[in-house]
Amino acid sequence: MRKSTTGIWSKWAGGALALFSGIALAASITGPAAAQSKQLTLCWAAWDPANALVELGKDFTQETGIEMKYEFVPWTSYADRFLNELNSHGKLCDLIIGDSQWIGGAAENHWYVKLNDFFAKEHITMDDFVPATVLGYSEWPKNTPNYWALPAMADAVGWTYRKDWFSRPEIQAEFKKKYGRDLAPPKTYDELKQIAEFFQGREIDGKKVYGAYIFTERGSEGITMGVTNVLYNFGFEYDNPKKPYQMQGFVNSPDAVKGLEFYKELYKCCTAPGLTNAYMQEGLDAFKSGQVAMQMNWFAFFPGLYKDPNVGGDKIGFFVNPAGPKGHFTQLGGQGISVVATSDHQDDALRYIKWFAQPAVQQKWWEIGGYSALKAVVDAPGFKKSAPFAPQFLESMAIVKDFWAEPSYAQLLLDMQKRVHDYVVADKGTAQQALDLLVKDWTKVFKEQGKTVASQ
Amino acid sequence: MTAIIHPDAGTDRVGEQARYNPARRVRGLSDRSIAWLFVAPTIALLLAINIFPLIWMIRLSFTSLNLSMSYLPMRFVGWDNYSDILTDEDVWARLQTTASFVICSVALQVVIGFGLALLINRQFRTHSFWTTIILLPMMLSPAVVGNFWTLLFQPQIGPFNYVVGLLTGIPPSSFSMTGEVALAPWTIVLVDTWMWSPYVMLICLAGLRSIPDYIYEAAEVDRASSLRQFWSITLPMVMPFLMLAVLFRAIENFKMFDMVNLLTSGGPGSTTELVSITLKRAAFEKWRTGYSSALAIILFVTVFGAANIYVKVLNRVKQR
Repeated sequence: MRKSTTGIWSKWAGGALALFSGIALAASITGPAAAQSKQLTLCWAAWDPANALVELGKDFTQETGIEMKYEFVPWTSYADRFLNELNSHGKLCDLIIGDSQWIGGAAENHWYVKLNDFFAKEHITMDDFVPATVLGYSEWPKNTPNYWALPAMADAVGWTYRKDWFSRPEIQAEFKKKYGRDLAPPKTYDELKQIAEFFQGREIDGKKVYGAYIFTERGSEGITMGVTNVLYNFGFEYDNPKKPYQMQGFVNSPDAVKGLEFYKELYKCCTAPGLTNAYMQEGLDAFKSGQVAMQMNWFAFFPGLYKDPNVGGDKIGFFVNPAGPKGHFTQLGGQGISVVATSDHQDDALRYIKWFAQPAVQQKWWEIGGYSALKAVVDAPGFKKSAPFAPQFLESMAIVKDFWAEPSYAQLLLDMQKRVHDYVVADKGTAQQALDLLVKDWTKVFKEQGKTVASQ
Repeated sequence: MTAIIHPDAGTDRVGEQARYNPARRVRGLSDRSIAWLFVAPTIALLLAINIFPLIWMIRLSFTSLNLSMSYLPMRFVGWDNYSDILTDEDVWARLQTTASFVICSVALQVVIGFGLALLINRQFRTHSFWTTIILLPMMLSPAVVGNFWTLLFQPQIGPFNYVVGLLTGIPPSSFSMTGEVALAPWTIVLVDTWMWSPYVMLICLAGLRSIPDYIYEAAEVDRASSLRQFWSITLPMVMPFLMLAVLFRAIENFKMFDMVNLLTSGGPGSTTELVSITLKRAAFEKWRTGYSSALAIILFVTVFGAANIYVKVLNRVKQR
């Protein structure tokens, strides 16, 4: 017998109505409750220290009842993603741990909340933080007391090496015979190159190994963050210290040219094949898989490497970026934490910063894998012995230099990426031509920004 | 007052009902208006998501807007962005790279795709199975393709280098397909050809299947050889399909971004930097909105112009 269609439709309609009512009722019950619970979204890069921050944030939630939500983006798209967010005045992030070079643009474009009044009110003083981090992560304009971030994650480029390989008697003997000195972590780039050449292609434990791992990545910032470690120490300057934005003769000085040539020589002589577009992760992979004797990378990764079951512990050693003929510097990394100007939860975000600035919290931050910039932590008597890489970290933070932090930094960075990669990896032109073109590119960018660029 | 009812009135009412048009009756709308009513949402959507942004972009291309410095006033710069682009050696170099990539990859895809179509068209026993297998690459996402080929090309653990090493005796870790200036351009051509030859095959197969059997039967009666049949029947009759495939693939490859970006990021140096990568960098990494809008317009006009000329040629071929 055929059922009545009207009856079936009535049942369906009734069911749908009941379901809809149920959902509406549930929403009306849970809605206000959800609205009552406070939540902050913190944006940062997806890497080891971010996991430590999640762990640390649990204390904040316990103390204040404010839930922490995190948006972590891989480094290769970190700048694209968050600068886009800030540019479009999005509300995704309440707090952001933005890269040091963003500070100029973030301040000029009012993406971040200026923190001076807040610091004064809460008695947070920048004198309590490592000077390089205040200059690098917080101040804009540079060297003025205008603060847009609290130094959150101190970082710099450092080196790891295979301590176990370096300490083998047969390797030590062979090295001494060849170079007339002991095999030890290099103090200068010439020494580093010698060691890298010594290990290049050598067979250790039945496996072919390579001398050094250096940054070569093309897309974001990799090769620039690598090459500057050599350039600074060979005499490269971003501009005339006495005449801002005068780059001719500083960016492309004969010393800078030698520095760039050296980086290419190092890349050609002593790196593993195929690392033509490699940055942090590729370096970690190369080191962890026992491919390289020495690795250039950020200090941020060193706690994780030290814990690695295969290459960590007694097998790993750390050293500061070697000196060059014209100085001893290293590339600054790290970030400050800022309150996003478009956030609807600025009071809670400031509360987080106040909490994060406390010495006890900063101490825990260092202990669980973050790098504190608070003097009370890093100048404490036991700090140097608290981790095997702590002395090198301290030494490095005293010699850091950073890339441009101008609002136009992205253009300046991509121009340098192109010119350096073209020369070092793609064998295009000479070092002099690459740096001359870089001066031309940067001059154009600064002129567009409305700066006066003196040629001499 | 007495109502006079006409005897035919009932019949007329039935006739009226037969001509009943609900729209006209209820809303007073003509057929044309109803048609517009249905089309209007689509047109509105098209205007909102295609035409308006295009007009906006044309406007921006004449300005100095840079989103990373939005605190600076936006200035009208006339044709400056266009002249900057057209006099920039780097942009011309990127256009040359793009043209080489398009020509090489499309040529290879046409040869391989047509060859595969000829094979599959033979209708052998397992041809359906092989058709499916061959079509698999084009069903994958370019992001997936880019990532897994990156692994395949890895000099130390990648199977590609291992196979090349096995066949030629060259040590696998002594060369890098994505990292060497001489090899990287061919690498992106190789991967694109692997991915899109099946697409060309599919279009050619449609062309081959549209040729009536009696033409070949007549040719056989005339004792035409297989080669003669190919040159005189197959190729001319498949030509419009082939040209269509070339058009589709050329337009797609001119815009190619994702797969190449994942494979080489435009490197080493700028060796494989296609113009789409340059555009993306200018727009979303350097934030040069005015400049990148001008570059986008130039590319749009180039593709649009070339495609129009090509379509005219295609129509002539079809008319023959």
